[in-house]
Amino acid sequence: MTPVQMKRILLSFGVLLTLWACSPDSGGGGPEPPNPVSFDRGEMLVNWADNIILPSYANFNARLGTMNSAYTTFKSDPSEVNLQTLRDAWFDAYLGWQSVAMFEIGPAETAGYRLEMNTYPTDVITLEQYLSSGSYDLSLPANRDVKGFSALDYLINGLASADAQIVSRYQGTEQQALFDYIDAVIADMQSLTTQVIQGWENGFRDAFVANDGASATASTDRMVNDFIYYFERHLRAGKMGIPLGVFTGTKAPQTLEAYYRTSAGKELFLAAMGAFRDFFNGKHFGSSATGKSLASYLRDLNTLKNGAALDVIINDQITLATQQVSALDDFRTEIENNDPPTTMLLAYDEVQRIVPLLKVDMVSAMSISIDYVDADGD
Amino acid sequence: MNTSLRTKLELPREAAPLAVFRIFFGLMMVFSILRFWYNGWIESLYLEPVFHFSYYGFEWVKPLGPFTYLIFVVCALAALGIALGYKYRWSCLLFFLSFTYIELMDKTTYLNHYYFISVLSLLMIFLPLQAYYSLDARKHPEKAYQKVPGWTIISIRLLLGIVYFYAGLAKLNSDWMLEAMPLKIWLPSKFDLPLIGSLLGKEWVQYAFSWAGALFDLSVPFLLLFKRTRVPAFVVLVIFHVLTRVLFPIGMFPYIMIVSAMIFFPPSVHHKILEFLSRISGIVKSRFDNGRFLPFGKGSVYRLRNAFLLVFFGIQLLFPWRYLLYPGELFWTEEGYRFSWRVMLMEKSGYAQFKVVDRDNGKWVYVDNSEFLTPFQEKQMSFQPDFILEFAHFLESHYRQMGWGDVAVYVDSRVALNGRLSRPFIDPDTDLTQYKDTFEHKTWILPFHDTIKGL
Repeated sequence: MTPVQMKRILLSFGVLLTLWACSPDSGGGGPEPPNPVSFDRGEMLVNWADNIILPSYANFNARLGTMNSAYTTFKSDPSEVNLQTLRDAWFDAYLGWQSVAMFEIGPAETAGYRLEMNTYPTDVITLEQYLSSGSYDLSLPANRDVKGFSALDYLINGLASADAQIVSRYQGTEQQALFDYIDAVIADMQSLTTQVIQGWENGFRDAFVANDGASATASTDRMVNDFIYYFERHLRAGKMGIPLGVFTGTKAPQTLEAYYRTSAGKELFLAAMGAFRDFFNGKHFGSSATGKSLASYLRDLNTLKNGAALDVIINDQITLATQQVSALDDFRTEIENNDPPTTMLLAYDEVQRIVPLLKVDMVSAMSISIDYVDADGD
Repeated sequence: MNTSLRTKLELPREAAPLAVFRIFFGLMMVFSILRFWYNGWIESLYLEPVFHFSYYGFEWVKPLGPFTYLIFVVCALAALGIALGYKYRWSCLLFFLSFTYIELMDKTTYLNHYYFISVLSLLMIFLPLQAYYSLDARKHPEKAYQKVPGWTIISIRLLLGIVYFYAGLAKLNSDWMLEAMPLKIWLPSKFDLPLIGSLLGKEWVQYAFSWAGALFDLSVPFLLLFKRTRVPAFVVLVIFHVLTRVLFPIGMFPYIMIVSAMIFFPPSVHHKILEFLSRISGIVKSRFDNGRFLPFGKGSVYRLRNAFLLVFFGIQLLFPWRYLLYPGELFWTEEGYRFSWRVMLMEKSGYAQFKVVDRDNGKWVYVDNSEFLTPFQEKQMSFQPDFILEFAHFLESHYRQMGWGDVAVYVDSRVALNGRLSRPFIDPDTDLTQYKDTFEHKTWILPFHDTIKGL
């Protein structure tokens, strides 16, 4: 091609592009208003960070503090009454944990926060060895299953079958070893939590909100991937599927979260499910106000596609699953006393039905690639 | 045969376009393979997975452990041989075999443009691309020709034309043209692109892209043929491919197509390119300008070659239509979907939960797919029936090895296609171990319950 031809062609393309860019947005006066997808991912990220994630962390941190005070009281006077107070505070913190467990992003991801805080079941044999030897380093990744909430579960609920016997261990020769161990566990949990909160406050919050694009590494894409992964692995499989034995064919109640507190498994599950739903709907932590969320994103996309209201379908399925789980006895009783635990398996199936709605329909509508694979497409 | 067509096929033409095509193709392939290696894809796509999805009849083609790297080395060296025109036919044959072997190792990585490379390199084995401006031509002046019969250039143009035109035909369906799907899903998610990002969420832009894309694919092979339209068509082609590169993760394909399309230019352009190459490399171009014409050829070898070319193009023209032999919606069942230049037509994703039952004692488990499959494999498996069936058979043998008795495998699956809500995909009551993979219609795929009109 000659240079003149080339110039002419480039010029005409330039003109076309300019025309394109300057054309008015709306057709004006037509019966159907134009429906551009105007959803602002940046606003959603701000809502997530400022109204959900950071307040949830702050709340959880406060509950950890309360737990620590209850522990201090118990330490000064290891009585049955003070043990009960400590248990309540521990469980309250555990419930608060369910609101932050899904945010494994940024500083939490760096710290491996979720597994550091709440790997279960706890390894009782190793933990008892550490108690008797007195030498352990809880910061080692190999020790994740002898610390955090599940270690405390064993130490305050599982040391013996009767409360009097538990308290007697705290009053006997092992007293110092036990207190030293709990000191180390709580200090570890508090320092990890402080580290994560400070990471958010000192830079990550702004980076998270600013990364409002649509690439595989953008905040929305990452968060959605994490959110679904959390649901599949931790909510569905960890809290229900694995104890039910759906992947192995053998039920394993000892793998329940907070196994030594019989009623806890179900309550923790429901708390986690509630937090999950609130995040999906963009509900501010500790308030009934809502902001931009995955649900409102879906609503905006639906106006364009005239499709079915996917946000409603997902919420309905969450409601159904929650109802089925609520109607169950506590998880440990369900699994231990029924063979097979049919009602709980049916409830599990309803929980399971949420997965494809998120993993297929939601991400498909948002064009977010799940488990982002670094490979070419065509 | 029509005499004018015959003349066109036999008439001497400058071989320069073939030389330029050969050099660029070879270099692009060397670069593609290095890029593939550099990105760690040999490891992640072929060595890390414990299980590989095979093509029907090619179950014996598997990665060879650490020797897999060797296949890539061979492939890269063969591509270099093509670029240099060194022992060209052997290089080309070796490239075709090694590249195709790589593609057959796991169908998870199937891409139309990999198929294009395989098909093109097969064709190239039969074309005298080394006749001009090659090491072969330099070493064996008696086999060097400045001119070649027209069919050699025409056959590359024809293959490229088929790729574009069939890709255009495939877009003539109601999802693409009337719903602007799947671009309506894909484009808005690119809102963060500079300049055009804010436009991509607008509905008219999504329709404009859909219609322009179809029109482009259908017309560009013809527009490239004529002198008056060639240059503008090429400029549009460059813009089109660069845009697809910006919008979608499609690797090297846009560049390969841009370079390939230069075969439509007259020889004067190619001579200029070769002159430029000679200037920077010190190759004496005039040595190849010997004015000799490679004859069309007579005798049984040539007749065999011609027969091959007829069969080759016959298959290329007919194979994409095989989907008509299957009932049901093509996009849903994907029976006859691959190897047909159906590019970027679907936003499709799925979810498959397998249940393995021991019929002897009623024991059952749900399968954690990630125990056996990489995320990429799981993703591809979850919406393609032949993958689902193959994985079910793998599960059957896996659980048998674990000591299970009479194993049955069921799948609870949902698939969403082009913005429709997900629907059950495979009959959940079908024991997949009872079915073998065949080219017959898979009766256990549930109906689509919608229609996509068009080709």
